[in-house]
Amino acid sequence: MTVSPGLVARLAGLCLVLLIVQLAAVSQVMVLGVSADLSPLIVMSVGLLLGSVPGAIVGFGAGLFVDLALVQTLGVSSLSLLAVGYGAGRLRELRDPAHALLPLAVGAAATLLAQTAFAVLQFLLGVDGPVSFLLVRQIVATVVVNAALALPVFALVRRVLLRHMPEDPRRRRRRAYTTGGLSPLSRS
Amino acid sequence: MLALLVGLSLALLTAYFGESRGGPLHSVQRGVLEALAPVQDGASRVLKPFRDLFGWAGDTLDAKGERDKLKRENQQLRQQALAGEAAVRENAQLKAQLGFDEQYGLTGFGRVTARVTGGNPTLWYRTIQINKGSDAGVRAEQPVVTGDGLVGKVLEVAPDTAQVQLITDSASGVSARVNNSGVTGIVETKVGNPSDLLLDALSPGPPVVIGARVVTSGSTTSRLESLFPPGIPIGQVTRVDDAAKVVHLKAYADLRRLEFVQVLTTRAPRQSAQAP
Repeated sequence: MTVSPGLVARLAGLCLVLLIVQLAAVSQVMVLGVSADLSPLIVMSVGLLLGSVPGAIVGFGAGLFVDLALVQTLGVSSLSLLAVGYGAGRLRELRDPAHALLPLAVGAAATLLAQTAFAVLQFLLGVDGPVSFLLVRQIVATVVVNAALALPVFALVRRVLLRHMPEDPRRRRRRAYTTGGLSPLSRS
Repeated sequence: MLALLVGLSLALLTAYFGESRGGPLHSVQRGVLEALAPVQDGASRVLKPFRDLFGWAGDTLDAKGERDKLKRENQQLRQQALAGEAAVRENAQLKAQLGFDEQYGLTGFGRVTARVTGGNPTLWYRTIQINKGSDAGVRAEQPVVTGDGLVGKVLEVAPDTAQVQLITDSASGVSARVNNSGVTGIVETKVGNPSDLLLDALSPGPPVVIGARVVTSGSTTSRLESLFPPGIPIGQVTRVDDAAKVVHLKAYADLRRLEFVQVLTTRAPRQSAQAP
């Protein structure tokens, strides 16, 4: 895949804007007792659209920005979002997904992976206070809320990156159906 | 590339975890916090209508459950109000006698009012960002309150912004006492259940009753001075778990929807020990 400066600029701008919106607005709105976390959705979308390596790079960068902006332990979000970006990218490379509702399922899985990885790293680093079993319920609630936002976030990321994407699975599929040689009618 | 990024993340994690608050990575973090402050402040103002709209939708979902709970609480409160009226009269007289002109005896503290510009979406950290920093006199470890009660303390400060650790953060601990019984303890919370504050490490004393007010206990010794002045309301007792020797509280301040907070900036001259 060729990386154009335009793609890098668009990716950086998109991540910056969405993450600032996350910090300034989304994280202050509570639904089902939790607030949505756009960062795994952004990274998942990039991974699904551009592949594993760009997904991992954007995951690392977005995680680093989140850790810096929220004064958290540096590296925790980078590591968890890196895994999300790489995983979504590998899914694209191995399974070539094209279903319209796929971002919803992958968004939910990405959120679950990010939350679980974050929790595991927190446990490994040592937790200052007691931990309630209700954390599991909160993780599930975050997954549900994020799943509801996965499609619009994916659509937005796709729209911004559309011109610079190497191959969009949906466009490729549409092309296949309009190609005369591949149509069953043309053989008869 | 993947191995490089993983290695870089682990290196950052190790270096950050090992260094002190004044270390280079923490300084970079403070720099980013400062650089983002005006952008985040502007974005917070611009996005307020959207925040309010979605907040209203979320509140509506929660409202049905809250309604039934409030009905039960209303009955309890009606009974308490009768007893409370007498206490308020007595309290007003005592305050007048003692010459307190501030509600919580915070006359020795300067106050900086700040707007909340951001929050942390993770379940592990309960922090907010405010639009006032060291230029306005805000320093680390200063108490943060609203008109309803204690919110938390200042964690990190940049010239134009600061990060506040809420009392619902898993790393937070506030020395407190039950107002009517004098039992003291530490208010903390469990990760994953921030709406339920716990008063733990209880001192021996009379039994704690549901509905009792819990306030900051303030300094108990001159050697280990508390960050929080005595008497700031924290929350109300909702449940007493005698087996676990833990008291459950509901915070007075609505920590889910904070718009403005006050930082108590100027430390009062050291106060004498506050006997519960």
